[in-house]
Amino acid sequence: MIKAILIFNNHGKPRLSKFYEHYSEDTEQQIIRETFHLVSKRDENVCNFLEGGMLIGGSENKLIYRHYATLYFVFCVDSSESELGILGLIQVFVETLDKCFENVCELDLIFHVDKVHNILAEMVMGGMVLETNMNEIITQVDAQNKMEKSEAGIAGAPARAVSAVKNMNLPEMPRNINIGDISIKVPNLPSFK
Amino acid sequence: MSDVVEKTLSALPSLLSLDSQAGAGKLSPSSKLGNLIKGITELTSKHEEEKLIKKELESIKEQVASPNTTMRQMKEIMVRAIYCEMLGYQASFSYIHAIKLAQQGSVLEKRVGYLAVSLFLNETDEFLLLLVNTVLKDLQSTNLIEVCMALTVVSQMFPKDMIPAILPVVEEKLTHPKEIIRRKAVLALYKFYLIAPNQVQHIHSKFRKALCDKDPGVMTASLHIYLQLIKENPESYKDLTGSMVTILRQVVGGKLPLDFNYHSVPAPWLQIQLLRILAYLGKEDQGTSEMMYDVLEESLRRAEMNHNITYAILFECVKTIYTVHPKSQLLEKAAECIGNFVLSPKINLKYLGLKALTYVVQQDANLALPHQMTIIECLDHSDVIIKRETLELLFRITNAQNVTVIVEKMLEFLRLTYNVWFIQTMNSVFSLGGDVMQPDIPNNFLRLLAEGVDNVEDRQLRLFAVDSYVSLLQGVTAKLPQRFLQVISWVLGEYSYLREEESDPGSVMRLLARLLDQRHTSTETRSWVLGAMTKLCSSPVSVALARDVCERYLSSLCPTSFSRRSYPERSRALLKGTSACFLCVDSSLSFLDGYVSEALAAGAAPYKSPHQRQEDLVQEKALSLEPYGLSLPVSLSSCSITDRLTDRRSPTLLSMSSGLSGNSTELSHQEGSTTLKLEGVKRVWGKDGYLAQQQSAGETPTPLVELPNPLLSPQSPPSQTQKPSSGLEPDQEKRQLASSLFVGLGSHNSVCLVRLPSTVWLFIKHCQSANQSHVFKALFKRFYINSCQSALRTLDHTTSNGNPHVEGTEQRVEAGGPLSLIRGNGMVAVVPPTHTQTDPQTQQDLHPAPALERPRDLPLVYIFQTGLNNKVPFSFFRNPGWKIPESRQKYQGILQPGFKKNTDLLPLTVSTGDYGKMWLSFSHDLKQNLRLVTTEHQEPLTATLDALKGKLHLHVVDIIGSEGIVACRLLQGPGQGQPCLLHCRVNADSLAVWLRSPVPELPDSLLYHCQKALTET
Repeated sequence: MIKAILIFNNHGKPRLSKFYEHYSEDTEQQIIRETFHLVSKRDENVCNFLEGGMLIGGSENKLIYRHYATLYFVFCVDSSESELGILGLIQVFVETLDKCFENVCELDLIFHVDKVHNILAEMVMGGMVLETNMNEIITQVDAQNKMEKSEAGIAGAPARAVSAVKNMNLPEMPRNINIGDISIKVPNLPSFK
Repeated sequence: MSDVVEKTLSALPSLLSLDSQAGAGKLSPSSKLGNLIKGITELTSKHEEEKLIKKELESIKEQVASPNTTMRQMKEIMVRAIYCEMLGYQASFSYIHAIKLAQQGSVLEKRVGYLAVSLFLNETDEFLLLLVNTVLKDLQSTNLIEVCMALTVVSQMFPKDMIPAILPVVEEKLTHPKEIIRRKAVLALYKFYLIAPNQVQHIHSKFRKALCDKDPGVMTASLHIYLQLIKENPESYKDLTGSMVTILRQVVGGKLPLDFNYHSVPAPWLQIQLLRILAYLGKEDQGTSEMMYDVLEESLRRAEMNHNITYAILFECVKTIYTVHPKSQLLEKAAECIGNFVLSPKINLKYLGLKALTYVVQQDANLALPHQMTIIECLDHSDVIIKRETLELLFRITNAQNVTVIVEKMLEFLRLTYNVWFIQTMNSVFSLGGDVMQPDIPNNFLRLLAEGVDNVEDRQLRLFAVDSYVSLLQGVTAKLPQRFLQVISWVLGEYSYLREEESDPGSVMRLLARLLDQRHTSTETRSWVLGAMTKLCSSPVSVALARDVCERYLSSLCPTSFSRRSYPERSRALLKGTSACFLCVDSSLSFLDGYVSEALAAGAAPYKSPHQRQEDLVQEKALSLEPYGLSLPVSLSSCSITDRLTDRRSPTLLSMSSGLSGNSTELSHQEGSTTLKLEGVKRVWGKDGYLAQQQSAGETPTPLVELPNPLLSPQSPPSQTQKPSSGLEPDQEKRQLASSLFVGLGSHNSVCLVRLPSTVWLFIKHCQSANQSHVFKALFKRFYINSCQSALRTLDHTTSNGNPHVEGTEQRVEAGGPLSLIRGNGMVAVVPPTHTQTDPQTQQDLHPAPALERPRDLPLVYIFQTGLNNKVPFSFFRNPGWKIPESRQKYQGILQPGFKKNTDLLPLTVSTGDYGKMWLSFSHDLKQNLRLVTTEHQEPLTATLDALKGKLHLHVVDIIGSEGIVACRLLQGPGQGQPCLLHCRVNADSLAVWLRSPVPELPDSLLYHCQKALTET
């Protein structure tokens, strides 16, 4: 079972946190910090698996992570999950985000936390892997988005406006919003190291 | 370009204000999120962020409370609240509004509402009760999206008590026409099963329906449930084995639509799930296992190594094969597969390979054997996780023979990673395990502390140890085991200086003194404590304290055995000696020569190193295995017996030799070094000890046990000359390590004979010819007692001839004049007399004119400190007035027991037959590995023997294949004319030498010269 899915950037700023098990608010924050601490000090040429921090259950749980440009994607899972399977799942997740946001970047995750959560909900439900087929996930998400558009009517304006802004300028935004290299380089999906 | 962005951002509100009907003049919430994020990212400190978020939360609070806020605005507000919560700031006031949004909003707003609820709340929250009706309503909605949202939130969290309320509706969804709904319903039910198993008992048949669903997605989801059910109770689901096998076969066979492919692997996650289920079903059940052999083999075969996801399947497959009832053919294939993992350059796969190995070695430890070298490499891997997994693996293959080495490795690992944890754990180990613990453990612990460069980390570790011990001593010390107290004393003595900033320099001293006062403190511990105190005598306060203690201790501890007359001297000596404690270390202990030779002359048994003694023991008990024995050929059974015997004791040998480095040439301690540098201690494996243990490392085992000598049995096959492998030293080191780690695994137990001449042995060796003062009796006696309990009696007997004053283990020897003897396993301090009755010439040899260099009034002090059980740390001090002869090499030769110079040997010309007879009749033997000399135009063996011949006047009797026999005799000295025989055998890249002689010390001295001669070439 997946216990938690965390995304944070190179500085440890959380970009998404989803816990499938109940922890108190404080613990959740500590878990994020602890996980960042554990993951960030690992070199690039080491394996993508780690024993979970103390807070999230220690050696009972594994941290499986991938690092894309500015972001860490960390899945905390128990022993019943396959390491490489989860690693594949992270890849699927990132690919899906990339498709949904058209060249996804860190900013997308910030401005569209809700959307990212919705995409995630189509993949993982209550800590169980629900769907691993990217096309299927996108179909589901699109179906909801379509509804959004048809229902939104005039309310669609903000969304359109935001997307217009994004299309125009977002790549340059880091000048104002100092978050470093925003583009998550989704690789051409070669097998990782 | 940033202007453009700015403009666009500032234009946003006006764009969006179209939408904000109610809050005219207010900024759009969406832009507010933008502003919030922008604001946050511009901040530099956590404090500022806190301030900003607080402000933001205030404004959110205001807005949600306002009756004018529409649902749409509420949606945006919720996103902001989610953002704040994610950063760790509570927005509890918004929870109720999130629920409201989920209840009342349109589909889109509802979605955000549900999302916020699922992020903010948990199962125990009372707010959730408010949501039950909404969920129920949404589940029954005709809008698929609403149903999906409801199912999602239900599977995320739902109050246990409320499950019955919605269960029928969720159940109903199992038959929903839409596949996605069925799938989510299955998972929701699984969640219910996890939190309240009894409530879903009645729908197990429906789970079966889900398993047979025409949509593979629903089937996949149902496997979650079955995995759990079968894990809990495999017996009840054996009937499903056939179905699972069929499903897997179809998946593997590519029967699923192409949509399910991931990197052209059909439904990998589904395969993994199925393999796991099969593992649970087939575990310890032959019948069930047989059903799945075919499909498992198919899975292995089909999974081509092209992508990580295939490796995921393979890994699972291997695990399943090793979990179910074994089938040898499959096991072989799986083992091969593990090999692919372990050898993979990809680090993730290597990790999984180690994991797989860890799993399978529990069934068959031999599986680790082919991967020894990889495992050894992984032990030194830069990735901690790999290291740890390797240790886990080693832990699984731990047996009686390799436990010492493995534990050592583990300790090393711990030291590197968890300083504080390590010290604390060791503290509790010491205080609980205490005196029943193997002496190795405290020794290793001290070594770990002492080892390593003097970097910050090491210092931190030591400082932490010191601090923790000081606080321990400040508490109740009565309960602490003696051994722990000894460890504490040593550490405090060595490293108290690290906490020098502390105000009171005498505090540690006082704590130690308190230990002395306690009645339960054993004499041994007291000597450790005293040893520590001597090291601490750096400030006047401490010296005064020490003097105090000294006097009290000396008068109170053993008033009978110490004469009143000499104790002031003793205490002074101790004090002086201690304040000049870091002087010079002469670990060759050359000044003891006189005593030893005297003892030997009086008929004492020569010192034997522990392994030698053990060997003697073995020889007494086991069948005779002489290479030249008459009972040829040696039967295999006897081989295996000795094999086992030697094998069993090899770990002790290892630990011995690891404790004490042995090469005499490396014992040059520097004069004036200020701390106790336990030189040599770090060298776990000496050069000489490298037996090329290829038996265990390589695939071709060659028994180490000596075969009938080819010289006497010409019909034996010509022994193959093993060329010295070009392997470099580190490689050898690894192989060495491998042999010690994997000892005891596999059918061909290799003999692991690492024999380093220990310091102790060297010390004795160097002490045997010259004659010094009686004082050294005391010194040496102490040492002897410590190092060799069995030899104690003999020695006691001989040394106390003149003065048989033995009281327990306390003894005072007064033969030579005034001396101080502070007894203990740990420490001896001695003041030698000014005028010794020694042979002047020898004295000169040993210490060139010491009297001239030493001020008359300065007493000489020798302090010994040995480790627990006389392993590490062993150190020796004496005060600075007395210089150690510049070149110890100069008199080392003189100190050799058998002969002094190379030229003291004569070649002994004998025939092979005579050699054989002589061999049998000689009782003193020694085995050792020597370096091979390699030259271009000669066989290594010939070259080596030639070199020895040239240097040492040996006679090479015969060389056959990889073995050679050599003979010589002594030209002069006490054992004049006595022969010594050598049997040499090339063993990979070292030369295994077996020396025999009727004179006990001759083999050893000859060996020493051989080593020296070979080092020089």
